[in-house]
Amino acid sequence: MPEETLLKVSHLDTFYGSLQVLWDISIEIKQGEIVAIIGANGSGKSSLLKTISGVIHPARGSIIFEGKEITTLDPFQIVALGISQVPEGRRIFPDLSVLDNLILGSYNHRARPKKEQNFKMVYELFPILEARNNQLAKTLSGGEQQMLALGRGLMSETKLMLIDEMSLGLAPIVLNEVYKALRKIRERDITILFVEQNVRRSLEEADRAYIMEVGRVVLSGDVVDLREEEEVKKAYFGV
Amino acid sequence: MTLQFLVDLSGPLVMGILLGGLYALIALGLSLVFGVMKLINVAHGDLVILGTYFGFFGMTGEIFGHRLTFLGIDPIVSLVVGMPLLFAIGFAIQKYLLSRAVQISMEAPLIIAFGISLIVQNACQRLWTPYSRGLTTSYALDSFNVGVFNIPLVYLLDFAGALVVMLFLREFLRRTYLGKAISAASQDRGAAQLMGINTGRVYAYAFAIAMATAAIAGVFLGLTFPFTPTSGVSFLIIAFGVIIIGGLGSMLGTFLGGMILGLAQTMGGHVLNELGLPGAATGQYLILYIIVLVVLAVRPQGLFGR
Repeated sequence: MPEETLLKVSHLDTFYGSLQVLWDISIEIKQGEIVAIIGANGSGKSSLLKTISGVIHPARGSIIFEGKEITTLDPFQIVALGISQVPEGRRIFPDLSVLDNLILGSYNHRARPKKEQNFKMVYELFPILEARNNQLAKTLSGGEQQMLALGRGLMSETKLMLIDEMSLGLAPIVLNEVYKALRKIRERDITILFVEQNVRRSLEEADRAYIMEVGRVVLSGDVVDLREEEEVKKAYFGV
Repeated sequence: MTLQFLVDLSGPLVMGILLGGLYALIALGLSLVFGVMKLINVAHGDLVILGTYFGFFGMTGEIFGHRLTFLGIDPIVSLVVGMPLLFAIGFAIQKYLLSRAVQISMEAPLIIAFGISLIVQNACQRLWTPYSRGLTTSYALDSFNVGVFNIPLVYLLDFAGALVVMLFLREFLRRTYLGKAISAASQDRGAAQLMGINTGRVYAYAFAIAMATAAIAGVFLGLTFPFTPTSGVSFLIIAFGVIIIGGLGSMLGTFLGGMILGLAQTMGGHVLNELGLPGAATGQYLILYIIVLVVLAVRPQGLFGR
């Protein structure tokens, strides 16, 4: 199967006011991949996701998705094109039910006709959500909220899922469940770009990775190669 | 407690609940806007009165001192035109004025709303004179006799109107995509955007719906009380009291808040009368404000507030 480029980010410079947070960022995501962006706090990984989703707009550079330029679009337009984001801290709607949260995931016009089949997919991946269908989202545990956030993203007929700091606050057992779900999501031909601080785990789950430090990409490649990289070994595995 | 005492109480009790319906009706639009967009719309009372004057115009055809006698439409019927008109005005105010004001500063929307208030008041003065008016329909003075007291028909209409509008808004927010989007945007605007919700447009719809509600409230207000171009302010204050007591963003809470304030007013007035104290007419409002202050002190989020 030919590997088409799904997302192409070129020479992105992003500012918060006068503070530059992204410096000449270029990444490429191919259809069907699982790509990780790894870095410590403040490395710019979340800012990169926000720029791709249109929450902030870059000062320079371009973002092309499926051949279309999306650099200056509003967030709701980018969701409609097929990029969903599972934000940092989950940000589920606390006073709405699990069901309503999922329904809202299907708000964009492409997703509404597919609502029922996407519900099936989400409940298959996360049966606990069906069990807690009518509960208010704020009553769910951390792991369940993460599943709800992922489920919401899946409801949007997404082609590319951006996941920001999924593992924060999750117990290892729960995290395993969630990564298992990610693999199943990829089987349904959804491309995944996830952002993480946990280097070891990320390199186990992704196909390729970019490593970011203070707003720049410092290293990238297949995870097999990255694990062997001297710098990575020294910096992150303490060898 | 004598039976007579209880019987005497039944009048103010019923009147308070029914009057509370009008207060709730006025407050529902304010509650929606405040709950969703955290916007204190100080022009709300004046926009309600604008709705009243639309009804007045439909009924009397009077404008700039001239009379267009081919009108003469019942105010409630004129809502068929009044509601979409205020809906469109509300949509435009939010989309083109307030949404831009929010980007300037936190206070800018407040100042803009104040400006709208002045414009509306003065426009109504010019169009329909400063004199006190009423929506004097054929049924405006009808009343039912229930035992020892009379219930004005319009009070019953106020209550029924409030109940219908409250239920409609509640179900709309709960069941429709747009309603859920409004609730979501009020809880987390950024996350709502990530769901593909155009929050700018959703806010405009929310404000527009609030204005359509204000049109209804305006008509019922005009049927119940006399009004002038500056009547909006006093009803705005009562509406704030209602949503403080009922809790922000809760339609049911606003409805019950209206009942409580209506009761506070009528029962308070009754007690003052019974005690032979002078100034019961204005004293009942004092009691109303005191109750609001008490709720603010004891349970600031209101009955049903989040």
